[in-house]
Amino acid sequence: MSEAAEGGVRLPESLRGVEPVQSVRTPIRLEYDYRPSASAESYLRAYGEKRIIGHRSPVDGAVFIPPRGVDPRHGVAISEEVDLPDTGHVGNFCVTHLPIPGRKGLEVPYVSAWIHLDGAAVGFLGLVSGCPSDEVRIGMRVRAVWKPDDELGTTAENIRHWEPTGEPDVPLERAGNQSFHAGRGDEAGA
Amino acid sequence: MGEVPLRADLVLEYPFTRTTGPIIGAFLTGLREGVLTGVRRPDGTVMVPPAEYDPVTSEPLTEIVEVGQAGEVVSWTWVDPPRLQSPWDKPHGLALILLDGADTPMLHAVLVDSPDDLVTGMRVSAVWREEREGHIADLYGFAPEEVA
Repeated sequence: MSEAAEGGVRLPESLRGVEPVQSVRTPIRLEYDYRPSASAESYLRAYGEKRIIGHRSPVDGAVFIPPRGVDPRHGVAISEEVDLPDTGHVGNFCVTHLPIPGRKGLEVPYVSAWIHLDGAAVGFLGLVSGCPSDEVRIGMRVRAVWKPDDELGTTAENIRHWEPTGEPDVPLERAGNQSFHAGRGDEAGA
Repeated sequence: MGEVPLRADLVLEYPFTRTTGPIIGAFLTGLREGVLTGVRRPDGTVMVPPAEYDPVTSEPLTEIVEVGQAGEVVSWTWVDPPRLQSPWDKPHGLALILLDGADTPMLHAVLVDSPDDLVTGMRVSAVWREEREGHIADLYGFAPEEVA
């Protein structure tokens, strides 16, 4: 082999003929101390009582979950908490076949989904289980599967996953974020 | 509310592996082989560690050259205590070290017990780990050169 080795790069004598390094591990890890905001704190404490709370916008009544204390569309503060049911539908979903390195207790394939609770304007993320992954579909009705009462904490992990209720699906045209737009009554009619 | 505010210890973690390309790869190959390398610029100077493109003209750089295993401390600071994920588990210097044959200094640790043992202009030489895999940590650090 001539001086010009791979990629037209010239190497010194000491590096010729040795196996070249082609990749390098650069893991990153950030440990941090999480302190919830006032609205997140209420949300987490409600989980401890198996309640799910959202924030209702004073502008048009849209309910946001998780509650952030603000309607991001209008930039107005929200203080009205509302209880949401632990039932809704799958707005969209993803089937994952590769495990997350270092994450225990999550067997592949698993289904992560946008869960649109009944009465909420937006979805939030959850795991769907209780049926084969290839049966999960947009519009499928689901309910929360809670941890046993003696394992509850102030955490969203109190909901183990979401399982099918067996009710008829939400029609495709009203599933997911479309349900929000449809529900505003300004076009498709509520 | 009278309740103790909530808090939680959270971790964000990604196990990245990056491809290196031939220039950074050559530098890392050198570390695995116990050799320090730089790259020659069109003006003849040598940049350590090597970069893929010239910082002034943006031309691709292609000539990897071996530099010395010893050099001079150009600037330094003292680290005490080391961070949790630092490659070093005790207080140490972090220094810009101008290796023999290089025209730019590189950052690495100087392994001394006290900041009183560090002086700008002092000579230091490379200390290698026994097990090397092609990573900057293959180079454990630099130690003051023995005065003959």
